[in-house]
Amino acid sequence: MVRDETVLDGGVTHYLKYTWKKKLIMSGLVAMTALLSLYAISAGSAELTPWQVVLTLLGRTEGQSQIIIWSIRLPRVLAALVAGIGLAVAGAVMQNILRNPLAAPSTLGIAQGAAFGAALAIIGWGAGSTPSSGGGALLINSPYIVTISAFVAAMLTTLIILFLAQYKGVSPESMVLAGVALGSLFSAATMLLQYFTNDVNVAAVVFWTFGDIGRASWGELGIMSFVVFGAMLFFLFNRWNYNALDSGTETAKGLGVNVERTRQLGMFVASLITATIVSFLGIIAFIGLVAPHLVKRLIGGDNRFLIPASGVMGALLLLAADTLSRRIIAPVVLPVGAVTSFLGAPLFLYLLVRGSKLR
Amino acid sequence: MILSVNGVEFRYGCRTILENIGFTVRRGEFLSILGNNGAGKSTLLKTLNKILLPQQGSIYVGQQELCKLSRLSIALKMAYVAQNYGSNRQTVFDAVLLGRKPHIKWEATAADLALVQGILVKTGLAEFALRYLDELSGGELQKVVIARALAQEPEVLLLDEPTSNLDLKNQMEVLKTIRTAAKEKNIAVVAVMHDLNLALRFSDKFVLLQDTKVFVAGGSEVMTAENITQAYGVSVSVDRVQGQTVVIPR
Repeated sequence: MVRDETVLDGGVTHYLKYTWKKKLIMSGLVAMTALLSLYAISAGSAELTPWQVVLTLLGRTEGQSQIIIWSIRLPRVLAALVAGIGLAVAGAVMQNILRNPLAAPSTLGIAQGAAFGAALAIIGWGAGSTPSSGGGALLINSPYIVTISAFVAAMLTTLIILFLAQYKGVSPESMVLAGVALGSLFSAATMLLQYFTNDVNVAAVVFWTFGDIGRASWGELGIMSFVVFGAMLFFLFNRWNYNALDSGTETAKGLGVNVERTRQLGMFVASLITATIVSFLGIIAFIGLVAPHLVKRLIGGDNRFLIPASGVMGALLLLAADTLSRRIIAPVVLPVGAVTSFLGAPLFLYLLVRGSKLR
Repeated sequence: MILSVNGVEFRYGCRTILENIGFTVRRGEFLSILGNNGAGKSTLLKTLNKILLPQQGSIYVGQQELCKLSRLSIALKMAYVAQNYGSNRQTVFDAVLLGRKPHIKWEATAADLALVQGILVKTGLAEFALRYLDELSGGELQKVVIARALAQEPEVLLLDEPTSNLDLKNQMEVLKTIRTAAKEKNIAVVAVMHDLNLALRFSDKFVLLQDTKVFVAGGSEVMTAENITQAYGVSVSVDRVQGQTVVIPR
């Protein structure tokens, strides 16, 4: 009897050790992100020491450093962190519910939908063009109209995908196919809009699609944080459902998961995050795709750890990309969307070659 | 009576898969669903877990009608082991812990972990606990999905061909594990079986399906050479060899 109990306890202890390792790796990622944040706030045209940064954040200093940190660098760094968390978590959940390693906000038509919305606002409604005598006063040079239009178009894309997928019993394949089809449709529509307008508008649209973290001020940051952390809670609440889905549709149903509703709601919330971030910051590719894959290699596919760790990894990657884009040919700031794609492509190929044994 | 099925009918469009199916199972009983390929065995099992909704008829779990229960409350009473299950990058312990999902509110408790470990020891999986599923053999994997179903602590265990793809040793081990658990915990087992001899050896009750209908149902007395010959369309003889009833095709 005593022996039995030691066997039982021993097994559970082994398992707890194994989960502790995952938590340790996650803490390591958090620490790396915190250090990088400190560096990102201190680095720039006006160099500050990390110690000055800490003092300023604690409200112990006055003057120039306070203004630089509180109104320029801190919102930018926080926006990179929040957007990174959001895009990565949305990617992790989409890959799970669509049973597709390539599922991500940028491969499923949502980003393209947002770009179309922005193009429509800039070209169709003159929201981004230089003031003209004929235009309505409210629409001219209004970034809010562009943001709202991009958001609405991205969410409409999502609703159409969900509606179309219902015809095939909300299967993952039908959602992926509908998403790819809509992405192609919106790209074509954006192209046509650009073809029939002047060069200033084309430039405005192209400029919008370059993702840029610097567009976020405290107000935008507040909205993004609200959506991202609300969504994070929702995903964490569903983490066991996503784990069950990993074992196949029928097994998940047998375990009491309402598979169709879990897929629809998960897809909706993931798209909501993406639409919010993309409409504020423009298109930032690859974070949603790469971050969950990197985390899977580190700690496996258990969604209890995968979802939060993907968020941290996404924050780390996007902040690194944004800091690089600010520093690499300073004072010129490169569009972060281009940097993430540049970093993302080799990283993804590396995963492809090295990860053939892992999922 | 833990499970009673009455007049169940299921169609895909106008193609009838199941017609007027009826049988009952008590706690602790092992019932085998038998019949040729395409007779509707797997479909029947799926209707028992509300994965498919029958167009007609009623299914009762205990006193409650199945179609009125939510997915979660069904999962608290019944476990379903699918024929095709994914083997993914997940440890054996995590895979079995997933069976606690219907019982877990926010996170697995110490009691959940202890229960999982106990099942791993009983099913002979303890030494593989931290191994990944995609590194296991077919027999070990089958034991994992059955262990997961047992972790659900169900009153009814539904199994779709639990011994297909297994070698002789694993067939015996898996079915013995199931039967022992069923008797110990007083679980009713309903299994779709291909191998008549294994079914005869481990089951208390039989439902023989033929072309969408129940050809015959009952205890071992219905497993006669005539019935099996007619249900399967193959001439057989049923003999006793060393105390076991065996079916031999002629």
